Amino acid sequence: MASNASSTPTPNGTLNSAIPEGPLPGKWTQYKAKAKLINPANKRKYSVIVVGSGLAGGAAAATLSELGYQVKCFCYQDSPRRAHSIAAQGGINGAKNYQNDGDSVWRLFYDTIKGGDFRAREANVHRLAEISLQIIDQCVAQGVPFAREYGGALANRSFGGAQVSRTFYARGQTGQQLLIGCYQALEKEIAKGGVKMHTRTEMLDLVVVDGHAKGIVVRDLTTGEITSHAADAVILATGGYGNVFFLSTNAMGCNVTAALRANKRGAYMANPCFTQIHPTCIPVSGDYQSKLTLMSESLRNDGRIWVPKSKEDAAKIRSGTMMAKDIPEEGRDFFLERKYPSFGNLAPRDISSRSAKEVCDEGRGVAKTGLGVFLDFSDAINRLGKEAIKARYGNLFQMYEKIAGEDPYETPMKIYPAVHYTMGGLWVDYNLMSNIAGLHVLGEANFSDHGANRLGASALMQGLADGYFVIPTTLPNYLASQKPGTVTTSAPEFKQIEAEVKERIDQLMNVKGTKTVDSFHRELGMLVWDKCGMARSEAGLKEALAKIPQIREDFWKNVRIPGSPDGTNMELEKAWRVADFIDFAEIMCHDALAREESCGGHFREEYQFTAEDEAVKSGYTNPGEAMRRDDEFAYVSAWEFKGPGVPPVLHKEPLVYEAVELSVRSYK
Amino acid sequence: MNLTLKVWRQSGPNATGRIETYEAKEIPSEASFLEMLDIVNTGIIKEGGDPIHFDHDCREGICGSCSLAINGVPHSKESGITTCQVHMRKFREGETIWIEPFRARAFPVIKDLMVDRSAFDRIIAAGGYIDVRTGSAPEANSIPIGKEDADEAFDAATCIGCGACVAACKNASAMLFVGAKAAHLNILPQGHPEKDKRVLALVRQMDAEGFGNCTNHYECEAVCPKEISADVISKLNRDYAAAIVREAVAE
Ligand SMILES: Cc1cc2nc3c(=O)[nH]c(=O)nc-3n(C[C@H](O)[C@H](O)[C@H](O)COP(=O)(O)OP(=O)(O)OC[C@H]3O[C@@H](n4cnc5c(N)ncnc54)[C@H](O)[C@@H]3O)c2cc1C
Ligand code: FES
Repeated sequence: MASNASSTPTPNGTLNSAIPEGPLPGKWTQYKAKAKLINPANKRKYSVIVVGSGLAGGAAAATLSELGYQVKCFCYQDSPRRAHSIAAQGGINGAKNYQNDGDSVWRLFYDTIKGGDFRAREANVHRLAEISLQIIDQCVAQGVPFAREYGGALANRSFGGAQVSRTFYARGQTGQQLLIGCYQALEKEIAKGGVKMHTRTEMLDLVVVDGHAKGIVVRDLTTGEITSHAADAVILATGGYGNVFFLSTNAMGCNVTAALRANKRGAYMANPCFTQIHPTCIPVSGDYQSKLTLMSESLRNDGRIWVPKSKEDAAKIRSGTMMAKDIPEEGRDFFLERKYPSFGNLAPRDISSRSAKEVCDEGRGVAKTGLGVFLDFSDAINRLGKEAIKARYGNLFQMYEKIAGEDPYETPMKIYPAVHYTMGGLWVDYNLMSNIAGLHVLGEANFSDHGANRLGASALMQGLADGYFVIPTTLPNYLASQKPGTVTTSAPEFKQIEAEVKERIDQLMNVKGTKTVDSFHRELGMLVWDKCGMARSEAGLKEALAKIPQIREDFWKNVRIPGSPDGTNMELEKAWRVADFIDFAEIMCHDALAREESCGGHFREEYQFTAEDEAVKSGYTNPGEAMRRDDEFAYVSAWEFKGPGVPPVLHKEPLVYEAVELSVRSYK
Repeated sequence: MNLTLKVWRQSGPNATGRIETYEAKEIPSEASFLEMLDIVNTGIIKEGGDPIHFDHDCREGICGSCSLAINGVPHSKESGITTCQVHMRKFREGETIWIEPFRARAFPVIKDLMVDRSAFDRIIAAGGYIDVRTGSAPEANSIPIGKEDADEAFDAATCIGCGACVAACKNASAMLFVGAKAAHLNILPQGHPEKDKRVLALVRQMDAEGFGNCTNHYECEAVCPKEISADVISKLNRDYAAAIVREAVAE
């Protein structure tokens, strides 16, 4: 029962998750009661670097400045308001139980653990569920215009497979409204002088001095200048790495650079193979395509997902000789309703995505490329009327029509899964500190709360929990052990890393090859999508691991970056990021290969239920469902960088479940 | 499809710019406008040139990064969308398209089609917030907000800070942007205590940044990708006038 049992000695030190003692529901309260404090007069002597201005970074920077710390915040966009959190559509969870439908902190905790396929840390997730209540209060006070009932109270909806209505939303733009609230708080602190904001500035490396993260090296994206910044602690809140797949629902600039650089400087990368493929995105239409667009999951509340039962009908639809409406009800396979009668179209993301892939692989896909299924609103329109559907999803329908050129009121949408979110990220302990002292990681950039699969509306919650409430409480634990301002940028480590960064830029500029950066990114993306996407196998992963070094070699021999590094150069920015994606892809495939089980978003073809298994015979689950192997794999994998071209080394943090019982996840 | 592009090229903030002509060949009609530029850029890079620089990130109309004028209109003449949501199927085969940066004194060009819109951040920093310390918020449902007010505040809150309103205005006024922020926060009960202070600070910062005056042409409303109504400008004028009076009385 000793909760610190989850720390495990490794050859290179200890992975200590620092989970507080005591029963689960009281851990965070106890932690807060005992947490170290910094004397108010001393706080202003401490400086903190926050890389990222999304929900996690923006909330952290604003709050730490309110508390009196000197904060420096960085983002690559031209304004902190444009971080990719802005794009979140669906909503944010909060266990307020305003609907009186049986929700509670415990239920949100349990749903998140189960949804994550029992690969998340109990203590972190319980804390998240507790804090969810305060987040909603904070956002409302800032003026976030959540949806309301006629009586003036906050409205909720059920989202992402939850059986209670605990999702708060702001039309189809919850992320934008939350981020604007956060950004405004940040700007307020900038005006007061507590935060120095560096926009259009990209972190290119981490500086570690005597085992402590003490600064970063950045490039000014307008002037090209390389400079160093030192602080008493460094916080990375740099978002997810979905763009390793080239096509994803992430913004064009989302990257893994900050996290990968930290990994190369000693921070462990945790569960990188846990990536989320979102079931409802607009299908790919051609190779000129630069990104994929998510259609909010809320559409699954009223839309029914189907493909034709017969391959022949599907072929006719693809060739345009038949329309969806020409197929009678008996000719349609509502595959989610068929396979998961109690969750139906609301089955969790990983399960829904895989089911769509399966029917398309069988040749029953309906988009031109064969990769697409219908999301059909005709029943809902008949039942509720067009106006009601318009009130619920008007802006989403409009968005679909603009991109796909088809009117979803008349003909079903076509959707296909796309890379959307990354559960993996830098390893952190309960304090959100990585294994490098002083390096803290928040939001999508860490691995902490979602296990192998994230539930809808939980990322926004986690980002804000980390930034507004966790880090302001946990950071003093580290800072209290540090004398403020001891390390400055004149330390030799800064000079050394600045020189390395400049050298790498020179190397990139001097390749002077013939291929564009995008061509490499696309090649890498297609490879990992194919071999480390919705389904993975030992053979495929080994193939990818053989291929990635070739892509790397080709990149460093043949990439072409025009212009000069002294000034705005978007090809250089992309090239640095793609070079890092190539290295990261390798770690991701190693992780997928080492995890010989299926769980959540990680589906290993070798590990699935078959008709022979007891759970299938008893009707509890279906053949083809993911098979976890708890005896061997109930751990967090944390990868240590060992040098270029050398396989990373795996460290394990065993997951100890005290409060919940591990079970086969069934949504039948 | 094949098109001719007339593109503003400017190598840096202090360089002189000029229009250059490019042929955009074999562009799929399903491509987005920015994907069309990607294809043209690939060609430029392969020929050893410097690609056309433009700001962009989400490519789905929500981050407010993309900021260029298509045939003289910020975000194109199609209403209610951003540049990144423009699709090539809306153009004709053989068409000539003029592509220029958002132009305003307060938005200096950085490179080609990229402009510096940090003036908007400084306006928000001056007063575009509700001052509530993290952790000090009351229970969320303790302040009921009528649906009408909530909806009106929401409509104003949809602003993505792209700056099209400024670029479309012949005076380069930022009144729609500032009016939207003031309306969002002033309508909500949470924003009432700081209402006067907020409007005065927002308007003073806007003036300090060198934005022009509003002379009621409402080009801003026409180009706003979020279709924010110019009513927020009249509301801003009313709130400002009242705040000025109260400020004078208080002194
Ligand atoms: C289309 C879409 C819809 C979504 N919908 C939902 C939803 O409805 N509900 C939900 O809960 N979640 C949703 N998510 C997930 C959620 O939005 C994200 O996980 C979350 O917002 C991430 O926040 P973040 O603060 O960690 O990172 P981000 O918001 O991505 O911010 C990253 C920040 O880091 C900066 N940065 C990155 N790299 C560097 C660098 N090297 N140097 C300097 N700065 C850097 C960026 O400039 C940015 O400021 C959605 C995601 C997408 C893509
Ligand atoms: S790129 Fe985000 S709005 Fe256009």
